[in-house]
Amino acid sequence: MHGYRYIEGTATLQVDRQRCVGCGLCTEVCPHRIFALSADGLEVRDLDLCMECGACARNCPVQALTVSPGVGCAAALLTAWTNRLLRRKVVGGCC
Amino acid sequence: MATTTSTHDFWGTVGARIGLIRNTYRVVPGLYAVGSPGPESSVLVTANYKLSFDALRQQLSAVDAWILVLDTRGINVWCAAGKGTFSTEEVIQSVNRYRVSEVVNHRDLVLPQLAATGVTAREVKGACGFQVFFGPIRAADLPAYLQQNKHGDEAMREVTFTLPERAVLIPVELFLLAKPLLVTLALVFVLSGIGPSLFSLNAALHRGLILLEATLLGIMGGAVLMPLLLPWLPCRQFWLKGVLSGLAAAVVSWFLLDTGRSLPEQLALFLWVMTVSSYLAMNFTGSTPFTSPSGVEYEMRRGIPMQIAATCLTIVLWVGSPFF
Repeated sequence: MHGYRYIEGTATLQVDRQRCVGCGLCTEVCPHRIFALSADGLEVRDLDLCMECGACARNCPVQALTVSPGVGCAAALLTAWTNRLLRRKVVGGCC
Repeated sequence: MATTTSTHDFWGTVGARIGLIRNTYRVVPGLYAVGSPGPESSVLVTANYKLSFDALRQQLSAVDAWILVLDTRGINVWCAAGKGTFSTEEVIQSVNRYRVSEVVNHRDLVLPQLAATGVTAREVKGACGFQVFFGPIRAADLPAYLQQNKHGDEAMREVTFTLPERAVLIPVELFLLAKPLLVTLALVFVLSGIGPSLFSLNAALHRGLILLEATLLGIMGGAVLMPLLLPWLPCRQFWLKGVLSGLAAAVVSWFLLDTGRSLPEQLALFLWVMTVSSYLAMNFTGSTPFTSPSGVEYEMRRGIPMQIAATCLTIVLWVGSPFF
């Protein structure tokens, strides 16, 4: 197995190659190894492997990466939806 | 501090893994020593969930190091980083509170790579002078990482989700079902008792038991079979994977629970097993290390309406069958 792919084209990760300074921190922290840094700049090898954990964007020194981060957990989302439906304040999450 | 675990730790691990003491299995935050560390020794940072702490210390039998245990409210590294308790602020505060700078004369911290979701390395450096190094994902790779002068290779940095890693999650999934199962049980018996004579206790018990068995088969399909078969089930959406693993369980139910049932009842049972399985499989997204929130939302908007429709159809068939 090399990586579990999730649903095609849903990940919100975006790269601004103009901003990237090539520090390589994103390639280090990504738990799914989706970045490749070469002389041509930063490349996303496989977007469907992105789980939107946000580690890359958080540690990017120049905001070249944007992603809407969070935990991919149905139970957490279901709780959030129920709370919104019942107009309750949200406390806690999933794990 | 010991680098081996005791019988007491073993039973603690069992308790946490089945969910009994999962939310209270903690270590007191602070600075700990393994081996006989000196001012040059590495400082390894971790969460105060006891299983995280045990995973780390068991790998350090040949290492002299300091362990800085943060207060992550007893939550593991990755979840804590995602929830904001394994955070930049918590690292800075702990470094200052436990006076790490007076214990070592270097200014390096080694954090688990999965903490990068919650920790901005450059802000730690700016606030307390310590340089954050993101170490390997698995504690087992730490000795090699430290020997390689804090250089992690690709294999150390890629998250895995192997069969044993998936299997170990099953008990807690089942444990968490105890409460919803009780509620379902009550409904199952009420719905099973409805008939031409308004309500029959005999039918409630007899038919209720069969519906309960179908529910348990659905749980097998969605919370046991589907996690085990995860990479081999086609489709990317978990609710669909659950339909497939549920299909296997439903076929079993067709033959196992076939004791003179009418066709509507058989269909209801078949549908119910798959629905339960699909729902639980969808819930398993929260236990994997690769599902994105956008993807989960995408599949829930498709899966939940189907599950609701299937549940309604199940109820119509099941409650209606005594009248047919």
